[in-house]
Amino acid sequence: MAYAAGVDVGSTQTKAAIVNEDRELVGTALIDTGSNVIAAAENVFEKALMGSGISNEEVEYVIGTGYGRYRVTFGNDQVTEISCHGRGAVHMFPNTRTVVDMGGQDTKAIKVGETGEIEDFCMNDKCAAGTGRFLGAAATALELTLDDLGPTALRYTKPVKISTTCTVFAESEVLSWLGKGKKVEDILWGVHESIATRSAGLMRRVGIQDEITFTGGVTRNTAMVQALEERLGKKLNISDDSHYMGALGAALFAMDRIMASRQPHAVAETAQ
Amino acid sequence: MTIEAATKNEIVGRGNRDGAQLFRDWFAELGQTAEKGEQSAYVFVMGSMNEILKTFDLPVVFPEINSLQTAVRRVAGDFLSEAEDYGYSPDICGYVKADVSVQLRGGEHPMGRIPKPTIAVLTNACNTYVKWAEIWERMHGCPMFTLDVPGTREAGTQTWPGDQDFENDRRYVQKQTKELIALCEQVTGKKFDIDKFREILGHANSMSVGWKRVIEANKATPAPFNALTDGTIFLGVANGFRGTKEGADYFNDLVEEMEYKAANGIGALAEEIYRLVFIGVPCYPIFRRFNELFSEWGGSFINSTYLWFASGGSNLGFEYDLDKPLESFAEGTLISVRDAMDSMFHQSQMLVDMVDDYSVDGIVYHPIKSCRTVSTGLADSRSYFASKKDIPSLFVESDMMDSREISEAQMKNRIDAFFEGLASRKQQAAIAGKED
Repeated sequence: MAYAAGVDVGSTQTKAAIVNEDRELVGTALIDTGSNVIAAAENVFEKALMGSGISNEEVEYVIGTGYGRYRVTFGNDQVTEISCHGRGAVHMFPNTRTVVDMGGQDTKAIKVGETGEIEDFCMNDKCAAGTGRFLGAAATALELTLDDLGPTALRYTKPVKISTTCTVFAESEVLSWLGKGKKVEDILWGVHESIATRSAGLMRRVGIQDEITFTGGVTRNTAMVQALEERLGKKLNISDDSHYMGALGAALFAMDRIMASRQPHAVAETAQ
Repeated sequence: MTIEAATKNEIVGRGNRDGAQLFRDWFAELGQTAEKGEQSAYVFVMGSMNEILKTFDLPVVFPEINSLQTAVRRVAGDFLSEAEDYGYSPDICGYVKADVSVQLRGGEHPMGRIPKPTIAVLTNACNTYVKWAEIWERMHGCPMFTLDVPGTREAGTQTWPGDQDFENDRRYVQKQTKELIALCEQVTGKKFDIDKFREILGHANSMSVGWKRVIEANKATPAPFNALTDGTIFLGVANGFRGTKEGADYFNDLVEEMEYKAANGIGALAEEIYRLVFIGVPCYPIFRRFNELFSEWGGSFINSTYLWFASGGSNLGFEYDLDKPLESFAEGTLISVRDAMDSMFHQSQMLVDMVDDYSVDGIVYHPIKSCRTVSTGLADSRSYFASKKDIPSLFVESDMMDSREISEAQMKNRIDAFFEGLASRKQQAAIAGKED
């Protein structure tokens, strides 16, 4: 049995996923990226191997993805996280036609075909408005952890409207609402709504088609899921492994390469 | 060395070599003009009126080109900061701000000294031109002349010779042309020489015809020149040397080079895999690197709307009737400048019409932060194009001058994903071909 791995080096966290020849997810791992990107990639891969009981030698092909994809020094190739999230989402939810990926540094709306190929995509521009970083800034201002954000926000009763989408200004706006006596949960729901509105805008630019799959680290935030579903008027596909969707997609591309190498005359079912 | 090899050595690469030399000569001449305190005309790439100004022996200065050169030479940041420190907003045109700094520095520029304007000539093709020229008017007290060129009223409704509306527009332009001639006579103290004007129009004709043929040479596979990198060199000559013998000769040679390369399968890229069209203004602060982000995937820019609008529409190949120089000059100016505007605002149908002839695989839209004129309509243009042609497109945003607006890592991410999609399409097409 051969295995393939994907390592997704994101701006905030680094993820690894290992799949077997049946393209089943057999191992995952997650660590903070930190300042040493090369070490983060190595460590997360090792952690995934240990967790799955698979040896390094059994993994025949590794693909790096995410912003640090070229820092996966032990990897065999690189594929962008845009392609990987599309591939992973369609693998996990085969009827997916739109993917929204919300990560630490950017938010992506991806339109995919039946096999997960990218038909179009749209991302936030250079600033971090509407991304996980925006939530992080709000959490800092409100002295909450990221895990507290969702449950706290869902207790809202009279939500405020956050007018800025700028991550830098988010903190000062949150503080100004606190100064006006607004409750933390009402402010926080406003933050989530602001991000959901911006993300829905990106999705409309590529054209929203059912089904929609939500991927990335922010999928763990229940308030974000609810805010997005309300804004879109649709249910979102979410998996417990949504955080690993980019790494999973990379691992699936890696498995394609292994299979293609065994059938040298076949047209490889890969993204590149 | 065989005759064939000698021919190849002499011809291939000549356009870039000679273009760079002409460019240096041009700026050296401008430097001498500045040193001597002689007259010059400040003009713009869309409707330079070079033919009239050269009739009065006025050296032409293109501040747009001066500004982009500061970015290519990686000093734009200093120029932009100086203008912003002076009070110009970070949000306005980077070309304007870099030029303001050149003026504040008394003409100091990385390519040499730029003379002060004796006259500023502009059109309405860009909505910033008027405000920009007003800055020179205030700084230097020079007269400014605005040529109002009737544009296309609505996409797909251009008028042409023979239509009454066209004739009205042509007469309107001709009337203004006469006013410009009168102003030039007043500024230079010289009488307008119609025979000299006719000779200049003849050179411009050679250039326009050549420019059209050069662009069309890129229908060949592989494309003989890169529309983004090589094309920008050709554009510089097309603007600076319009109406001159040097310019006409250069384009005659360039036609020979490009048609030779096309006939002999010599491409700009050693292995051309994807044929791309570029929409917008280049990313000058990382000019070479931007192109590499595409060429590393085998992507070759085979055409560009920049070659159309930044040459003032001379890509159409309009030829003046030398028997009716003033009437024909007005007609050519109307048609060409109008087309330059359409290349910015209504390019979607132009793209639909050309993609098959040029075997296009993808379109790259490059909206830029500091130029609303060329960027505002691109999203609509892309939607329209997508509704007409099943050809993928990429939206990648940056700036033509300001490196603060450019994130190479983010651009690379988008560009890589675009090529991954293109590759996937090619593979699926290959699979479908095998199944058939």
